[in-house]
Amino acid sequence: MEESIYKIKIGGAAGQGIKYSGLILAKLVTRLGYNIYNYVEYPSLIRGGHNVVQVSISKNSVSAPSENSDFLIALNQDTLLKHQTELNNDSFIVFDSKEKVKLIKGKAIPVPLSKLANEAGGEILTNTVALGATIGLLSSDIELFKELIEEEFSDKDPKIRENNKKAAQLGFDYILKNHKDKIKTVLAKQETTQTKMVVDGTEAIGLGAIAAGVQFAAIYPMSPIANILHILSYYQERYGYIYKQPEDEISAINMAIGASFAGARAMVATSGGGFCLMTEGFGLSGMTETPLVIIEGMRPGPATGLPTWSGQGDLQFVLNAHQGDFARIVLAAGDGQEAFELTMEAFNLADKYQTPVVLLVDKNICEHSQSFPLFDISKYSLDKGKITTKLLTDYQRYKDEPDGISQRTIPGTGNFFIANSYEHDSYGFSTEETDEINKQMEKRMRKLKTLESEMPDPTLFGPCDADITLVSFGSNKGSILEALKLFNNVNFLHLTWLNPFPVKRVKEILEKSRYVIDVEANFTGQLANLIKGKTGFEIKDRFLKYDGRPFFKEDLVNKINEVLKK
Amino acid sequence: MKAEDLITKCNPTWCPGCGNFGIWGAFKNAAIEKDWNNKNSVLVAGIGCHGNFINFIKLTSFEGLHGRAIPVATGIKLANHRLNVFIFTGDGDCLGEGGNHLIHACRRNHDLTVIVHNNDFYSLTTGQISPTAPHGLKSKSTPFGNPDFPISPVTLALSAGATFVARGYSADIPKLKDLIIKANEHKGFSVIDVIQPCVTFNKEYDFKFFQENTYELKDHDVKNKEEAFKKSLENAQIPLGIFYQEERSSYEDSISQIKEKPLIEISNIRKNLDDLFRKFV
Repeated sequence: MEESIYKIKIGGAAGQGIKYSGLILAKLVTRLGYNIYNYVEYPSLIRGGHNVVQVSISKNSVSAPSENSDFLIALNQDTLLKHQTELNNDSFIVFDSKEKVKLIKGKAIPVPLSKLANEAGGEILTNTVALGATIGLLSSDIELFKELIEEEFSDKDPKIRENNKKAAQLGFDYILKNHKDKIKTVLAKQETTQTKMVVDGTEAIGLGAIAAGVQFAAIYPMSPIANILHILSYYQERYGYIYKQPEDEISAINMAIGASFAGARAMVATSGGGFCLMTEGFGLSGMTETPLVIIEGMRPGPATGLPTWSGQGDLQFVLNAHQGDFARIVLAAGDGQEAFELTMEAFNLADKYQTPVVLLVDKNICEHSQSFPLFDISKYSLDKGKITTKLLTDYQRYKDEPDGISQRTIPGTGNFFIANSYEHDSYGFSTEETDEINKQMEKRMRKLKTLESEMPDPTLFGPCDADITLVSFGSNKGSILEALKLFNNVNFLHLTWLNPFPVKRVKEILEKSRYVIDVEANFTGQLANLIKGKTGFEIKDRFLKYDGRPFFKEDLVNKINEVLKK
Repeated sequence: MKAEDLITKCNPTWCPGCGNFGIWGAFKNAAIEKDWNNKNSVLVAGIGCHGNFINFIKLTSFEGLHGRAIPVATGIKLANHRLNVFIFTGDGDCLGEGGNHLIHACRRNHDLTVIVHNNDFYSLTTGQISPTAPHGLKSKSTPFGNPDFPISPVTLALSAGATFVARGYSADIPKLKDLIIKANEHKGFSVIDVIQPCVTFNKEYDFKFFQENTYELKDHDVKNKEEAFKKSLENAQIPLGIFYQEERSSYEDSISQIKEKPLIEISNIRKNLDDLFRKFV
């Protein structure tokens, strides 16, 4: 491989199988021993519109998209027009030989894509022909690719498998016959023993929920989290839990609260707009001390905003949503691996602290596949907290306790209690007595104090005595880590616990640094404002983005260089 | 189970003469007769005068948000379908704020019993008309008369697909008790619209009015949905009793995961998921 990260971009119209082509290519090269990061761009349309996937491939780690590419597969003319400028002079461009285009950059590799596709079984196979040609040009493994096709389409008509394999072979053979002189050794098999998965954040969250023993999930479809429900609905019979599609997000959260009250590990997932509808239920979970896991997949803008793009503008909303005060736990994942682990953790925290736990992710995490070592659950143990099904004498569901956490039970055990959205006494009876009101509010809020003493420190990447410190959360992690590879005097404070907040450690790190840059994808600098509120530390340099696009590695490198020049 | 087993430390806070007393009495009598206790039953209530109910009966309950009792009950039933799950809701609670949930729960046929405390009014907020209030009715929110036309809970439940639809009257406690028992015994989604005069705010539709303007359904074929619709539209004289009952498998019966035992009894401890993870290789 000439560069440490090789980037292949595939573009075409929605419906041409762009995202899928990226995924199967990613799986192929991952099996050959490489790491990958897939970046997907598409508008909120099912058919038509311009779709792009960029597969970044490396022998080492890769965790972010780039602004430029080394290889372009153009399944339509639009792709040629829109993406040529992102190439360099050595980049390959695979396109249909029938397209009449003047290339300004890169090496043209015309292939009769649709002619060969029709030969193999139909126009729909165009992407597979192009992938076959790509495999030929980059000296990759066509036999392994055909095995992958066999697996991926195992539940489909055998004819579909055969046609796809034929299409791949035709594309591959065409390169060998017509462009043999241009073949490069870029994607040859690596020596490797580690098995790696290719997952996006929604898959990681679905798998994390199954690993955590989710028993009930109610999820109303919404971008970018809809694929969580696809995973959960598909495996429900096999693992013995229930996924229910509700009529709206209000129903979703109330169903999940009901299931949790009755003793099931329960979750919901939504995006900002759906979370608006869930807000009242959020507080109900807090007030009745009913455990609940809420996945919130952020996208930009208020109202419908940019449904298929990424943003981080829901941070302060999630931290503050709902009237009154109650104990809430807010976590944020930085990639698929963290999404998997924090989903599992969220279920334990919800049960242990009998309160709602929000896991914030964003579209970049939800929909961008990345290669990770096979997930490991051997260190995870399910912690259901203080719960019993035994019959207790003088049972008080909301008894005041030093740690704020009362003995929980479930209906059907013979124990009497009321889970009451009204302020209540220790049995759950509605009350307006000041003593009881104060006692219950203080008990609920004390749970966060208990948790503060158990929460982990945030991670600081890079040298601890660096001059420049980047602070961020969510998917920015990937691009920041890529940028950090180029500097030895920059570190990165990655926050995954947002409430309770690791005040002491964050303050220490920021005060030690000579120059702090806040990186986040919203207009107001919501994380910087949170840090200011919690620690008093004001971050003046806020590097913000709110156009739905990710922070590319190049954005961060340029930003750091600007600061270094000061 | 005896009457005293259901007593709590709280005394009812309803106005003297409130229709809620009749529903409370009928439900307690049914619970005593059928031994609905803390091992086999759970109550869910919404917010409104009806919701205070849960403080006055010693059965484990969940009092949720205004309008959201049905989804909470749905979650409980799916988690532990062996429990009898009763939903107490009001006309504003389940036809105004929570109307969407009622419709969808009806069509799914969850094995739940919904008791609608229907008094045409939001009385806890001191007297505004509800979605069941007749056209022209004057109230604090409609000083010149209600410009809207009412929803019939019975017609709505029938059209949305509920498999047991009935109407009771809070002043006839023995018959209401029987309806509640039959609704619970029915395997599927049961809706009982309970006429419950508001003695404080609804001066026009009082006990006297309902004593004179209601009748018990007789010689009515409960399997005939068309007849049930016709009866549900009668309002000169208001029919009471079971309008419709249909044998159909409940939602919970159709879920294979809980054929053997309730969801909460299925082990959810995962020791090794490598087979699952390898599907993503």
